Amino acid sequence: MESENVQEYLEAIYTINEGGKSAETVELANMLNVKPPSVTEMLKRLTEEGYVDYEPYKGAKLTESGLRIAVKITRKHGIVERFLHDILKLEREEAHQQACLMEHSLGDKAEAALCRLLGRPEKSLNNDKPIPPCDVQVSNCIECEEMALNDIKKRIRRPKAITSLKRGQVGVIAFIRGGRQGVKRLSDLGLTVGAQVTLLNSAPFGGPIEISVRGSKLAIGRGLANKVFVETNDGL
Amino acid sequence: MIEEKHIKVALAGNANVGKSVIFNELTGLHQHIGNWPGKTVEKAEGTLIFRGFVVDVIDLPGIYSLSTFSIEEQVTRQYITEQKPDAVINVIDAAVLERNLFFTLQLIEMKTPMLVALNQMDMAEKKGVKISVDELEKQLGIPIIPTIAVKGIGLTRLLETIIEVYDKRKNGVKETKKIAVEDIKYGREIEERVLILESYLTELELPYPSRWLAIKLLEDDPEIKSLVYKLKPQVDEIVKALINEIFEIHGESASNVITAERYGVAHRIVERSMKIITPPRVGLEVRLDALSSRGFPGYLIMVGVVSLLFFSIFTFGDYTSELLYDLFLSIRTAMESVFGTNVLFQFFWYGIIEGVIAGITIALPYIIPFYIGLSVLEDSGYLARIAFLMDFAMHKIGLHGKAFIPMMLSFGCNVPACLGCRIMESKREKTIATFLTTLVPCAATTTIILGLVGKYVGLTWALGLYVFDLAIIIILGRFVFRLLPGEPMGLIMEIPSYRMPTLKITVQKTWFKLKGFVFQAVPLIVIGNIVLTSLDLLGALPIIEQVFSLITVRWLGLPSIVGISFIFGVLRKELTLIMLASLMGTSNFASVLTLRQMIVYGVVTMLYIPCMATIAALVRELGYKNAIFITAFELAFAILLGGLVNLLLISFVP
Repeated sequence: MESENVQEYLEAIYTINEGGKSAETVELANMLNVKPPSVTEMLKRLTEEGYVDYEPYKGAKLTESGLRIAVKITRKHGIVERFLHDILKLEREEAHQQACLMEHSLGDKAEAALCRLLGRPEKSLNNDKPIPPCDVQVSNCIECEEMALNDIKKRIRRPKAITSLKRGQVGVIAFIRGGRQGVKRLSDLGLTVGAQVTLLNSAPFGGPIEISVRGSKLAIGRGLANKVFVETNDGL
Repeated sequence: MIEEKHIKVALAGNANVGKSVIFNELTGLHQHIGNWPGKTVEKAEGTLIFRGFVVDVIDLPGIYSLSTFSIEEQVTRQYITEQKPDAVINVIDAAVLERNLFFTLQLIEMKTPMLVALNQMDMAEKKGVKISVDELEKQLGIPIIPTIAVKGIGLTRLLETIIEVYDKRKNGVKETKKIAVEDIKYGREIEERVLILESYLTELELPYPSRWLAIKLLEDDPEIKSLVYKLKPQVDEIVKALINEIFEIHGESASNVITAERYGVAHRIVERSMKIITPPRVGLEVRLDALSSRGFPGYLIMVGVVSLLFFSIFTFGDYTSELLYDLFLSIRTAMESVFGTNVLFQFFWYGIIEGVIAGITIALPYIIPFYIGLSVLEDSGYLARIAFLMDFAMHKIGLHGKAFIPMMLSFGCNVPACLGCRIMESKREKTIATFLTTLVPCAATTTIILGLVGKYVGLTWALGLYVFDLAIIIILGRFVFRLLPGEPMGLIMEIPSYRMPTLKITVQKTWFKLKGFVFQAVPLIVIGNIVLTSLDLLGALPIIEQVFSLITVRWLGLPSIVGISFIFGVLRKELTLIMLASLMGTSNFASVLTLRQMIVYGVVTMLYIPCMATIAALVRELGYKNAIFITAFELAFAILLGGLVNLLLISFVP
């Protein structure tokens, strides 16, 4: 198990990477409230351990194993934060601070239980950024809710949102997030777990995406599409 | 005596497969379009005579599955199980075979007598695929008739097959081919449990095949569950146990396993009966497709197409509208010279004829070109691209991309816009869209805003009112979005391939939609007109003016006479200004109204009520209850806002 400090770094790099750029020393130093030289040192260590790819002056990017940890922590943060705010009625800032502390000690079963309690939250308090999907081995949320916490098995591969495919890239549906009706609507149109989809086009300004599935072309609104997660060949 | 032989057939299938085209081709002018009892889902019925048979055809809504998540699916399922049509014609798109077969398989499970119209064979060929009809027939065990509905190809054969299916059933001929349907099976672990469940269901007196019931129970279908459990509560436990077992085996819910396996079956059938001969060529359509739905060029093309559409609608509309109005005016003058100012004539003319004229001159000149335009956009496949590109903007008012066309159109005339909201697929989305279109200032309202506020108070104020109205639409849109029950639906639609719309289909579509509107709207407009004219002739208007003055004078700070102009504005919005001029005895409004009064008058006119024709359209689309509610709400809302604006401006504007 990596240390809390490592988790914090990975989480911060993830946040910056998600914005589409490499994490630079100064930015990380600001986010984590530490001095730039110690950031540089830490980045070198993380590179040695295989969590990030770091090039001086260019910044850091997460590797697959780093990404896996970062996603997990970011998810736990988001879930705990929602719990503290939605249920315990803490102020946003207070909830955020507290979540930063609790995210490292929250177990996987507790995470799943909280997710069910909160009605499978999809957006974090922070600017409605999506909470990453869980790593439970299920094909949708209803299944998860219907099984005992002790039965929870882990996924081997990390699925990513269909919206993050590149134009022309192919993925296989692994998980659909959301309520019964949404899942049904998508699967009736052929978006079932195991089905192969190709991203054809993506509308600007956060508009819908166009995909090809089972020989038909579909446009799916961004919100709906963000609930569909796929696995790709490159594993990323 | 020869007995009339009636055959009842229903058209069922996915959306955009050409179901309506087949329906129109079959029934021609003998059709009736209404709503399903108690539902706002359109029901189209028609009749044709073929070889001595009277064939009643019903066009079921386009759906992708037979669960009960949407009203359309409920309606279809109920119709097939309760009305028991003699044959269901399942129309499927040959170019998207796998997805369409998913629905076909569900129909087969219901054991309804059926046949398949394998439509759009030409599009499939264009895609470079060859479908073996014989093989497909063998696989599915039901008659398959290849058709190209837009060209009328294959329809006679379709009718002949309907008769065959009917005759066979009447004569009690058991299916000759021992159907390959037996092959349409799920995995062993599902089939075993279906069998177990069936044994509990066979003695139940339900109008469904027991296999279908068993599958639906495993799929966790709420309607079937309550139906079965009412008769046999103990089945509940068994179903739960079986669903659990499936979950244990697959690690997935039974419903998902069944959906996935059904698609699996569809996929296998496609593999056996379809061959890709030539890989699809990068033809003109593909390039056009890429160009028209991507980024900058996409928006450029869209602006061009939409502007062209509106320009042609309004050029044609304005010209024709004026022409017709002048024509009627000269008829009236001629009539008046004959009948004089006889009260009866006055009543007849102003009460009845003017109403019809209003309907004809305001609405039709705009509605006809609009319907033609919409039909072309829809049939060519371009509408889907517009929805794709504009989805992000429509989200801001709680709608999705498909609402863009009606919303834009509303700036011209609310009436076709309301009718155009039919393209929204869920009732919730349709209600929001229709409501919001009635708040958009139409061309007539714009004339008033410009002619009064713009001319006397200043163009900035007129523009300000417009911005104010848009803000209200955004706020109310978000409000209704939260208020209305039901899950908001994200956009999910098919992107059809581009194709050339045909003149015949366009004319047919336009005609049927137009007919529907005329029959419903014109009577309402006439009634409204009769009421108003009667009030006028009876001398009741001054009394109403007095009653209204509580609001108009006290709260809105307007002269009491405007009450009457507001009443006439219900008939047509332009009348608010025209009547005002004639009531005030001058068209120089600066001499009778203060600047503030003009602004308040503008605000109220812009929002206070949909005009009679729009109300009629609302009734048609949303039913009486909603139409009355929306009208009442807008009236109250406009009065409230008008008063507030008046109070707010009291110290700034004289």
